[in-house]
Amino acid sequence: MTIDKRDSDAAIAYRLDPTSGVPTYLQIVRQVEDAVRLGYLVAGDQLPKVKDVVASLAINPNTVLKAYRELEHKGLAIGRPGQGTFVQGSVTAAPLRDLQALRRKLQRWLADAADAGLDEDSIQALFSTALRDAQTTGAVAS
Amino acid sequence: MTAIETQQVGKRYGRSWALRDCTLSVPAGRVVALVGPNGAGKSTLLNMAVGLTAPTAGRISVLDGAAAGSPGALDRIAFVAQDVPLYPHLSVADTLRLVASLANRWDEADARRRLAALNIPLPRKVGKLSGGQQAQVALAVALARHPELLILDEPVARLDPLARHDFMAALMASVVEDGTSVVLSSHVVAELERVCDYLIVLAAGRVQVAGDVDTLLATHHVLTGPTAEVESVTASYDVVLTQRADRQSTLLVRAAQLAPPPGWRVDPTNLEELVLSYLRVPEATALPGPTARLQSATA
Repeated sequence: MTIDKRDSDAAIAYRLDPTSGVPTYLQIVRQVEDAVRLGYLVAGDQLPKVKDVVASLAINPNTVLKAYRELEHKGLAIGRPGQGTFVQGSVTAAPLRDLQALRRKLQRWLADAADAGLDEDSIQALFSTALRDAQTTGAVAS
Repeated sequence: MTAIETQQVGKRYGRSWALRDCTLSVPAGRVVALVGPNGAGKSTLLNMAVGLTAPTAGRISVLDGAAAGSPGALDRIAFVAQDVPLYPHLSVADTLRLVASLANRWDEADARRRLAALNIPLPRKVGKLSGGQQAQVALAVALARHPELLILDEPVARLDPLARHDFMAALMASVVEDGTSVVLSSHVVAELERVCDYLIVLAAGRVQVAGDVDTLLATHHVLTGPTAEVESVTASYDVVLTQRADRQSTLLVRAAQLAPPPGWRVDPTNLEELVLSYLRVPEATALPGPTARLQSATA
């Protein structure tokens, strides 16, 4: 939504999906991560200023601050007092070879699931339950 | 730092109590949503906070102990009452002139800058403006007094979605600029979900929930599992609301850390679900400080 008519020199603009069920601060975190992955943001770029974000999205300033703190915690951004928050580093992704191996394993699992008679919705339900369990036990970082 | 503090405040109109035994500490530096059904006592509480009506019982103060309605308090507070009380026959410019002569603190340049940014023409009669523009005029007037505490009673109830968005955007920008404490009331929590960081639920004249929004969401969980096990789960968890079906039941549970019972699924809740659950169970409360219910939940 670009309700804000003022010119913005920010590199990216956030958009919110109120129906996604994903907390607002997390939507901002993910959009910054994606922008870094896709090259829209590079190290040294300034993230949109808190005031500009709240003036265009009509959200609580603490939500933006929380997102930026989370990005700092992940090592993806750094806050400079009095100036703003800036991109640093890059999104940590597993090496391509690992990703391909994992994908092959997942494909084999999907074939097994299909053999067992599961349809797409059942597979998704099963996967999200397993993912949640793994997050609960700490096996997968949430 | 407190924005509003009440001690056993009650307000009686005739023979019925609009608000009863209300003890509350509204923190400063926050955007506070005051939510509750129609007739819960929201407007009564806000009107008492700005000194428009006096409590029948108890004490109410604002901004760290200033008596509600005292001249010292009024200079530091701005209030936008329900239904945007502007004079429809005055032009926008005359409205500014009126406020300038009534208010001790007044930043005319700030008001004009806000109205110019919104393309609201100063010569136009207020009654000829759209509902959204009228709300923006009321907000601009309130903000140009640079209040430490801004109280808005049902500010967006009559606005269309676009006007609502623009109104909240202007309000949130001023929170960043001036660090204003804000208290907003609404009977629809969804209207305030994205702007508030502190929630107070008022129902039938008493406070049912008060707390930091993130904390409330982190300490409430939705459990889904077999109806046959509901009794045993209820015995060991602090259950706010149980929604029972023949085989599967859904429970809203209050707990800081939640290890779900085997075979039960945990999901996060949201603000609307949390508020509605409490409103359905009038005896359930979630208030700051340890309570018997919370202790039994974490034991």
